[in-house]
Amino acid sequence: MTALAPPTTRVGPMEWLRRNLFSGIVSSVVTLLLGALLVWVAINVGQWALSEARWEVVTRNLRLFLVGQYPGEQAWRLWTSLFVLSILSGASAGVFGHTTRVLAISVAAFQVLLAAIMLASPVGPWITAGMVVNAALVWVALYAGQRGLVPRRPLVIAWLVSIPVIFFLIGGVGVSPLPTVSSNVWGGLLLTILLAAVGIVLSFPLGVLLALGRRSALPGIRIVSTAYIELIRGVPLVTILFMADIMLPFFLPGEIRIDRVTRAMGGITLFSAAYVAENVRGGLQAIPSGQIEAAQALGLRGWQTNRHIVLPQALRSVIPANVGLFISLLKDTTLVAIIGLAELLGIGQSVLAQPASLGAHMEVFAFIGVIFFVICYAMSQASYRLEAALGVGQR
Amino acid sequence: MTTTHPGGPGEHPGEHHHAVPPWRDVRVLGVAAQVAVLLAVGIGVAFLVNNLVSAMAERNLSFGFGFLEQRAGFGIGESPVPYDPNDSYGQAFLVGLLNTLFVSVLGIVLATVLGVVVGVARLSPNWLLRRIASAYVEVIRNTPLLLQLFVIYFVVLVQLPPVQDSLSLGGALFLNQRGLFVPAPLRSPTFLPWFGIVLGAILVFLVARAAARRRERAGHGRYPVGRVALLAVPALAVVAWLLLPEAPFQFDIPVAGRFNFTGGLALSTAFTAILLGLVLYTAGFIAEVVRGGIQAVRRGQVEAAHALGLSDGDTLRLVVFPQALRIIVPPLTSQYLNLAKNSSLAIAVGYPDLFKVGTTMSNQTGQPVSVIALVMATYLAISLATSLLMNLYNRRVQVLER
Amino acid sequence: MRRSLVTLVPILALAIVLAACGETAPSQPASSADGSAPAASADATPPPTGDGRLALIRSRGNLICGVNDGLPGFGFIDEGGENAGFDVDYCRAIAAAVFGDPEAVEFRPVSADNRPTALQGGEVDVLIRNTTWTVSRDSAWGLFAPTTFYDGQGMMVRSADGIATLEDLEGATICVQTGTTTELNLADVFEARGIDAEPLPFGDDTQTYQAYDDGQCDAVTSDRSQLLAQRTALSNPDDHVILDEVMSKEPLGPVVPLGDEGWFNVVKWVVFATFEAEEQGITQANVADMAASSDNPVVQRLLGAANPELGQGLGLEPDWAVDVISAVGNYGEIYDRHLGPGTPFELERGPNALWTDGGLIYAPPYR
Repeated sequence: MTALAPPTTRVGPMEWLRRNLFSGIVSSVVTLLLGALLVWVAINVGQWALSEARWEVVTRNLRLFLVGQYPGEQAWRLWTSLFVLSILSGASAGVFGHTTRVLAISVAAFQVLLAAIMLASPVGPWITAGMVVNAALVWVALYAGQRGLVPRRPLVIAWLVSIPVIFFLIGGVGVSPLPTVSSNVWGGLLLTILLAAVGIVLSFPLGVLLALGRRSALPGIRIVSTAYIELIRGVPLVTILFMADIMLPFFLPGEIRIDRVTRAMGGITLFSAAYVAENVRGGLQAIPSGQIEAAQALGLRGWQTNRHIVLPQALRSVIPANVGLFISLLKDTTLVAIIGLAELLGIGQSVLAQPASLGAHMEVFAFIGVIFFVICYAMSQASYRLEAALGVGQR
Repeated sequence: MTTTHPGGPGEHPGEHHHAVPPWRDVRVLGVAAQVAVLLAVGIGVAFLVNNLVSAMAERNLSFGFGFLEQRAGFGIGESPVPYDPNDSYGQAFLVGLLNTLFVSVLGIVLATVLGVVVGVARLSPNWLLRRIASAYVEVIRNTPLLLQLFVIYFVVLVQLPPVQDSLSLGGALFLNQRGLFVPAPLRSPTFLPWFGIVLGAILVFLVARAAARRRERAGHGRYPVGRVALLAVPALAVVAWLLLPEAPFQFDIPVAGRFNFTGGLALSTAFTAILLGLVLYTAGFIAEVVRGGIQAVRRGQVEAAHALGLSDGDTLRLVVFPQALRIIVPPLTSQYLNLAKNSSLAIAVGYPDLFKVGTTMSNQTGQPVSVIALVMATYLAISLATSLLMNLYNRRVQVLER
Repeated sequence: MRRSLVTLVPILALAIVLAACGETAPSQPASSADGSAPAASADATPPPTGDGRLALIRSRGNLICGVNDGLPGFGFIDEGGENAGFDVDYCRAIAAAVFGDPEAVEFRPVSADNRPTALQGGEVDVLIRNTTWTVSRDSAWGLFAPTTFYDGQGMMVRSADGIATLEDLEGATICVQTGTTTELNLADVFEARGIDAEPLPFGDDTQTYQAYDDGQCDAVTSDRSQLLAQRTALSNPDDHVILDEVMSKEPLGPVVPLGDEGWFNVVKWVVFATFEAEEQGITQANVADMAASSDNPVVQRLLGAANPELGQGLGLEPDWAVDVISAVGNYGEIYDRHLGPGTPFELERGPNALWTDGGLIYAPPYR
């Protein structure tokens, strides 16, 4: 039997309007009211954005928004990091597909966004051009990856090497070509991204371990994991950041001093790990016990069962939930503004404290909001697509 | 797979796995792993506690809660219970706790209402409504709550007029920069009889509903007793209002003073900001939960209900919602928990919630360790209590598997 | 399956790298007897070795100074993005005394609420953040070095409101910063006088004055110097007046964590050195000449030419005071640079004049 395509019905514009907007009296009234409201809002916002808003507050401080007080003569280090990241994520998307493609799309889209923003800035077209070239590189690398021009193993090794390299590139090693750039001057979008990236990358393995611990048959490990997860999930992130920022010295000997950014990263990671753990636990629970019994029957040991049977399935099924969690994490990095770190929102507050920016709240907040929206929206759309591709939630 | 170890000295008499040396015995390994983890955790905790104790000793600090009985000495802007600076730190802490609970409970109720409305709107047949609801959800979910709070506080609420030019509704409701001033109900002498009437009416309603249900179950036709009672009660109330010599409440109407409105119920700007922020933000997430729940109900159910002749409203109320609820409740619980925890962002707009009062207390008492421990334990208790309540509710709505 | 493992590996690698970076150089201390050591180092002639905060600061290579970043004149971020102000200069002075380099400071912005915790936990080496000296703070927060600025609490109102005394504020809303003595004084004074006003507390300076400027409160209370300084940043400074009434005594000065007298002495004498320098006429410009050629025994002792053991007793170089004065100048110079004539604030010296001019600024003999 050959499957026939479902019959298509053609709907004219009038018919479409009648069905979707004016299907009844109530519906018509709702449509008219909402339409009027929409027009009113659009006119007002448009008028404000085009004629009243003082966008120069944003363009004048664009450097601060992007990198905080990161020294200008060291900016090449950020460029290099971005360059490496673009090539690697593009190539990975070509070679591995799926999850890594989300990363590549985000990296490219993000740089295009920055490029567009940069057009309006006095710092000029060079940066725009650089961003566009970088974004293009993502696609070039992706193409190369798809053509099989990039070998797998070296790519994995390149990722492994790149992470410490980028870290030392941004932070510096203290000698001439790479003088130390204290984390005190990291700020703006740079700090937001670093906080989120470190939080995501570290909380994931920690969360998986905690989830396994909570499901462990060994009571000692189970109790410790459960207590940690419940304790962390029971308190607000602000209190944990407050502990990390102000109270930590109470718990460490005076000689050990951890810089503030690292502490914030630690706080965010420890917080997020508990939520990752609960997500992963959901995935673990969904695996039929027959799978585990079968593995045991084959003579696999506990950790082998976890590594080869349970985790691959569980982690795959919780990818969408974890992406949602990582979007929350990215948004939650704004809370470090409360403890006085200059991430995107924190630097926004400093900009607003300048006498020349008095009262330009909406301009600054709108700018920050758009940046967050674009990143988070891209992530969430990618996760929906992934969800569909993986067949999660299909009944 | 399993290779036997010929070199292993068979010194395990009586073990059932006699071929397994201790380093491959699952039970031995299990015990060893537990001991290792517990030891590591124990050493870590001991290290931290030891440092804490020595640091506190060095700075003349002691861990204790004796300060809760001392005079607080600082003022708190708003409080649901009487408070003045002569009260104790314990009282101040209570005010913070009540403020947190107040804003959380009110927030949960309003966010649920708005969330359900938006969630249903996202499935509306009206294209425009659906689009607007989606746009709302996407914008809210993809921007940080703290940013939204700042926008509400520094952009929206600041645009309200100063006290002298307050917006007024019927001379009883006033809105200005300082907040919203509404008439406060005060009990009048006729409150008790009134209360009796209302209570009686509610009882009638409940009894009637129960009776109707029993009749339904017995297989007779449906009686609209519940609906009649629902109409009867307000009608009764209006009649009573007209008949009784005095209204049950007298309203304390806000009056413009030299600087401010006095009397009435004042909802400060800070409170409005944090409440609005929490409601708008959480509603975006609840909407998604509700939409997901409704969509998860199989289409056949709706079709079957229609085939049985149920109207759209009845289908939603009797068929779709009860089933959707089972899917909705667990994620809804975590949204409620998030809202309660997010209320700690009140510090950003200056509303004196638990965390804000806590930081002030830790400053004025000079006992940060005790105070922050108390604050965190309280949040933990709130979270656990919320989970417990929602779990009980969840058990009620779940179907018993046969 | 293989793929998911492949993605796990770099993650773990990063975890290890970061964990390694987190523990930046945990130099092992010689002993752990931190309680008794500072007392031993305080009275003896040899400079402190081993533990104690001074040694800790030296080994770290910079001074961590808790400051305000939102109070013009005292501690704020200037147009160039640098920390600046009267209090901030004292941070630089201490760094100059310890390292000979006024730039060896890490400025740590601290809110009024977090001050005690930052001190008690040892997060900051010294807190110089317009902090009022009180008995409870002396015993619970840290040791107060000599007062660098004598202040009193005032009240700022809009001149259009026609308020002349505190009593006129009946029924008003008053903005105040949480975690300050002014917050407590406000409650005390208003209760004592039977004035019913509503406090509106905020967590940081910027928010407090923004709220006042926006009209969310009718008055704002703080130290008078702070009110004067913040008034310049309001949208219409001329529309606001500061009432004549002074509600309290507010002696402001540096604070060091409890339990380390040796370090306390260093901070104390850096402050005294700036007082003494003004009294002796030593300035940023002439300090080098004075050190080389002055025959005044007081000056010789202070600048280390005569009695090098005095500086060593503090654990500092003999000529530490030269470094301090050449870095920031004497007390009068610091004051004038940030608060005096030529600044937007134009504050009179008042009680902050030298004792020889009838003020309260007085240093014990350096001998």
